[in-house]
Amino acid sequence: MKTNASIPLLTVEHLTMRFGGLVAIDDVSFTVQNAEITALIGPNGAGKTTVFNCLTGFYTPTVGRLTLNTGTRRYLLERMEGFHINKHASVARTFQNIRLFPNMSVLENLIVAQHNRLMRASWMTIGGLLGLPGYQKAQKQAVDLARYWLDKVELTDHADVDAGNLPYGAQRRLEIARAMCTKPVLLCLDEPAAGLNPKESAELNQLISYIKNEHRIGIILIEHDMSVVMKISDHIIVLDHGSKIADGTPEAIKEDPAVIAAYLGEEA
Amino acid sequence: MAKATRPPLNWLALFKESGVAALIALGLSIVMFGLRTVDQQGGLGVQTRWSWVVFAVVSVFIGRLVLAIYRETRQPPHTPSGTQDSEQNRFAEFVRKISKVVAPLLIIFAIALPFLPFSSRYIIDVATLVLTYIMLGWGLNIVVGLAGLLDLGYVAFYAVGAYSYALLAYYFDFSFWICLPLAGIFAATFGIILGFPVLRLRGDYLAIVTLGFGEIIRVVLINWYTFTGGPDGLSSIPRPSFFGLPFSRRVPEDSETFHTFFGLDYSSMHRIIFLYFLILALALITNFFTLRMRKLPLGRAWEALREDETACRSLGINPTNTKLSAFAIGAGFAGFAGSFFATRQGFISPESFTFIESAVILAIVVLGGMGSQLGVVIASILLIGGTELFRGLEEFRMITFGGLMVAVMVWKPRGLLAHRDPTLRLHAPSHTPESHKSNT
Ligand SMILES: Nc1ncnc2c1ncn2[C@@H]1O[C@H](COP(=O)(O)OP(=O)(O)O)[C@@H](O)[C@H]1O
Ligand SMILES: [Mg+2]
Repeated sequence: MKTNASIPLLTVEHLTMRFGGLVAIDDVSFTVQNAEITALIGPNGAGKTTVFNCLTGFYTPTVGRLTLNTGTRRYLLERMEGFHINKHASVARTFQNIRLFPNMSVLENLIVAQHNRLMRASWMTIGGLLGLPGYQKAQKQAVDLARYWLDKVELTDHADVDAGNLPYGAQRRLEIARAMCTKPVLLCLDEPAAGLNPKESAELNQLISYIKNEHRIGIILIEHDMSVVMKISDHIIVLDHGSKIADGTPEAIKEDPAVIAAYLGEEA
Repeated sequence: MAKATRPPLNWLALFKESGVAALIALGLSIVMFGLRTVDQQGGLGVQTRWSWVVFAVVSVFIGRLVLAIYRETRQPPHTPSGTQDSEQNRFAEFVRKISKVVAPLLIIFAIALPFLPFSSRYIIDVATLVLTYIMLGWGLNIVVGLAGLLDLGYVAFYAVGAYSYALLAYYFDFSFWICLPLAGIFAATFGIILGFPVLRLRGDYLAIVTLGFGEIIRVVLINWYTFTGGPDGLSSIPRPSFFGLPFSRRVPEDSETFHTFFGLDYSSMHRIIFLYFLILALALITNFFTLRMRKLPLGRAWEALREDETACRSLGINPTNTKLSAFAIGAGFAGFAGSFFATRQGFISPESFTFIESAVILAIVVLGGMGSQLGVVIASILLIGGTELFRGLEEFRMITFGGLMVAVMVWKPRGLLAHRDPTLRLHAPSHTPESHKSNT
């Protein structure tokens, strides 16, 4: 795929993550382009979620440089602590085990995601307490953005239901909508199709493609279903036992002997 | 239909269950009731009260048996989750409707109380006490109910508020109306100082550290004799004035008192009623502040933090600052309540700020239903007003208190009013997508 030789949105160099003696990621380098879907695949325990945790500030990498280049600014993610990565560098993620706010309504989940913008509009709460008009306007805009994403994930009808009471598939979609409400430049989806039935899974693929095409942001997708990966991703990175064993377009990956060996067993 | 399919009662199992409960009661009551230390000439002696033990064991056995039979006959062995859900929904709907009506009625009743024919000094005093706990409950509700931070040392901030008021008044001669905000600010500052290192901890660890902090404050108050008066406490704390007009019988030269200014006869009730309205106003401010915060981003972030801290971080919410704000604001309200307590009593000592106070306030929040404002009111009336009513029962007062708590936790494990309304809606409340589905 042609990328105009532009600077990648995300550049991962020599990423290594050790837990005591266990090497979860071993010297992995790759790039992620804007407005592309980059799939991160590999068997269980390969280190995919750990890559996400390093990218989104949940772990500090043992070694490595993670550069996010938004075109106007450059962020070194490995030096940023936890919540700063979403707040400043605009990287959003979902979790392999869904993490919603179960006792808050669907709409509230999406409003909480816009916390920093609303905090500023409420003058760190003081203006909001006094009922200044600026905050009212900001809240209206927040609801509008939430409504837009509710519509996209087909949850408008369930907006006032507690998130924990949604069916499983709807919870997965809501988590993506919530991540999008932070207006990210890079979206990391950790096995969003896990536990979905084929119909839900197909709808999810449409949603992901829609986000890519309409919002032109970078997407990293961890996914086990190879047919899905081959169909919607622009670029595939294969991890096995913490090392990168292949990197390329879907066509190239399909033919790669190392990938076939990893997926079909060592003796193949 | 359910009756026909129910198996006959298994009496052996029921007796066994009650027997086990009675055995536990025996073990506990031997030490709690059976042996009692009494002052004798030349030291402590032990008195035995075996009849109490027998009474306790028999009543536990019978009580447990009755409860077990009730459980076996009433509840079908397996409740389908659907019916339980709809029952919960109906209850939620009921609570929502009732709080709309009950809350304003309660406020009107509270305002009218001193002027009602049956009100007496005793009733106003009890009501003032209940309102103090309502305010403390509402303050703690921010920390525990909204932000989900289990604080077992809340009384420390109450103490900081009370002592700040007393000491500021003593050393600087400030009036109540200057001391009140300062006491709140001091308590909030203490909240931040404690919270900063501690709020990284989660759950049980946070509870233990706050418990320790509560005790540390009390021990410091006892031992710093030169500053706090130690166990003797601080007395002759200035009484509040009605915006400069004191409530005293004697009229000072060249100035007026409350009764001369309004041309009334002197009555000691004036101050009692004024204090009552003061705590009512403070409590209502706490309530409206909380209700307002819940609709602001910070308040929503508190609740989100209670639900899932990891998710909050992934959304760019600063967990430390958010928790600190809840902790500090909760502490600030305890500080206000503390300075009210000091001015009402006119005397404070560390004895008023023991762990049992923290436990009672926490019990009010948990019994009322975490996060529920109306729940705190009901729980305070039950626990504080109730124990006041049962004062005649003496030693049985605390048992009644404990029994009530156990009963509520069995009957409603999530508190009396554990219902939460969304802070903003997209559709009208009647819009329920589930009901459409289940009907078709
Ligand atoms: N916090 C941690 N502490 C210790 N080991 C971890 C931690 N997180 C992940 N690992 C280990 O790293 C390896 C990769 O895990 P993970 O990234 O979750 O795999 P994947 O998502 O590809 O299935 C596993 O062996 C896992 O046990
Ligand atoms: Mg994983």
